[in-house]
Amino acid sequence: MTGAREVRAIRLLRVALVTTIATVGCQSGGGPSGGGSGDGPATFSFGQDATPAQIAALDIDVRPDGTGAPPGSGSVEEGGRVFAAKCAVCHGPTGTEGPNDVLVGRDPREGFPFGATRGFRRTVGNYWPYATTLFDYINRTMPMTAPGSLTADEVYATAAYILYLNEIIPEDAVMNPQTLPAVMMPARDRFVPDNRTGGPEIR
Amino acid sequence: MGNLSRRAMLGATGGLIAGGLLKTQADAITLDETAATPEGPPSAPQEAPQDPTKVIGRFTSDLGERAPGEQPRRIINRPSPSSSSRTPLQDLRGIITPADLHFERHHAGIPAIDPERYELLIHGMVDRPMTFSLSDLKRYPATSQLCFVECSGNGGAAYRTNAAREVTPQQIDGLTSTSEWTGVPLSTLLREVGAHEDATWLLAEGGDAAVMGRSVPMEKAWDDAMIGYGQNGEAIRPEQGYPARLVLPGWEGNAQVKWIRRIEISDQPFMTRDETSKYTDPLADGTARQFSLVMDAKSTITFPSYPNVLPETGWWEIRGLAWSGRGKITQVDVSTDGGDTWEPAELQEPVLSKCHTRFRHLWNWDGGEALLMSRAVDETGYVQPALKTLIDARGEGTSYHYNSIRPWKVESDGRVFFGQAEAQ
Repeated sequence: MTGAREVRAIRLLRVALVTTIATVGCQSGGGPSGGGSGDGPATFSFGQDATPAQIAALDIDVRPDGTGAPPGSGSVEEGGRVFAAKCAVCHGPTGTEGPNDVLVGRDPREGFPFGATRGFRRTVGNYWPYATTLFDYINRTMPMTAPGSLTADEVYATAAYILYLNEIIPEDAVMNPQTLPAVMMPARDRFVPDNRTGGPEIR
Repeated sequence: MGNLSRRAMLGATGGLIAGGLLKTQADAITLDETAATPEGPPSAPQEAPQDPTKVIGRFTSDLGERAPGEQPRRIINRPSPSSSSRTPLQDLRGIITPADLHFERHHAGIPAIDPERYELLIHGMVDRPMTFSLSDLKRYPATSQLCFVECSGNGGAAYRTNAAREVTPQQIDGLTSTSEWTGVPLSTLLREVGAHEDATWLLAEGGDAAVMGRSVPMEKAWDDAMIGYGQNGEAIRPEQGYPARLVLPGWEGNAQVKWIRRIEISDQPFMTRDETSKYTDPLADGTARQFSLVMDAKSTITFPSYPNVLPETGWWEIRGLAWSGRGKITQVDVSTDGGDTWEPAELQEPVLSKCHTRFRHLWNWDGGEALLMSRAVDETGYVQPALKTLIDARGEGTSYHYNSIRPWKVESDGRVFFGQAEAQ
């Protein structure tokens, strides 16, 4: 903890130095001093301090390592009930029928031919690299008719059911803050950083 | 030329035009009844008299409107909370997109946000987590930048060798628009909260029902990113993110999160749906490119294009737009023979970085078949590729960033069609 405090103290010192330099810069530039116009300070404090409660109310993201995953749990069986009641109308009874995004499908079992051909539907099972994204997305905006209305347990359960339909987790699996980030998605290693850089080469 | 453009527009939006004319005729009746009153003519638009110099014109008004015969419209993809509408590129002059014609892409509808209750929260790897009201944001030193916003899915209809012929520039590439964006540099707010130097990513999150979230590298945040609240001189339109949005000049539209309500500073990307399941580019080698955020150089001819008809041979000015997310357009070449020979087009000032740029090229049409193409070059030396080159590099199944050359076929009878099929 002492280390963290030291780091913070150094940062504050750096801010102070930047402020000083900015002020000096303003004066050496010939701008008016004492409340006139010019380059201005490095910071203005026009906003308000955010309270932990304010942050907690909005901080909903869940990351691949499980950071942000709220307490709760859900089984495949429970997820099946949520899915039938709230998801199937848009995604079909088994997640394959639409009319909105097809969620389920492992075709093709081998390879990742989505760039080479137009022939395959991208699904959670064959394209999504992280299971945590399921929780994050369902929690923030599903179902479309009542966005953000599901409880944490319902979201874990729905994620479990979709992962089960995609033959990624077994029927008796339970998803929670520990198990969900541990799910290895089939497409996990397919994603690469952008290598386009401009210049003459077409990538 | 004017008649031709109008005829083309009538073909595309005849119903809307007819509606506009009907309204104008009704207004004209009102004008006749009130013309003799001491107040004079009303300020509503009137039908053109035989001789406008013999009739007092209408008075000033508190809000202007377009000429009755000039009613460009967006094309709506489908009536749905997650949908898009496209800018009528062929109807525009210059480089600015009128704010009410800026393309739309919403994932859960357009939220109604009370500007008095609006707040932007910035937290995470910062010394001082803070919230900013709209008036706080407006009090900071402001900046403006003219730049395009383009959906990275723009041009999907052109990414196939058998593309349809009867499609307009609006239908193909209408998911790009240029505005003057005004706001506070994001770097100013990052200094205010004391963003940590070892932070590498931020999450930008919207206040719409999609709670749209995208990870953005801190390098861009410190560079030219902006929290925008102004668009073409007025408050940002609700469809474009009112009261405030993220502006990332030159980067794909989806990452320029509208209705922004939260920024979390981090040392890793957040892997939201719209940077994993969507907005990633599968490649022919069995991988998928992720965080492909910069829009490569692109151009398209907006005249002549479908459904124009050249009524006679002779001089015609080929006109179009070019843009690059990597900087300025340095050159646009035009071909009238399907790419066998190229000539440099005139670039119309201002030529601005990461902004729509006008090009024009005089062409003496001899009445024969012609295949028109434009090819943009940006300041990095990138040259807009032919479709086959792009397919060879990425695969025919790839998604997003469809910036290949757009061919337009001129038939010997003057009719113009999208010419992708003929260009093979």
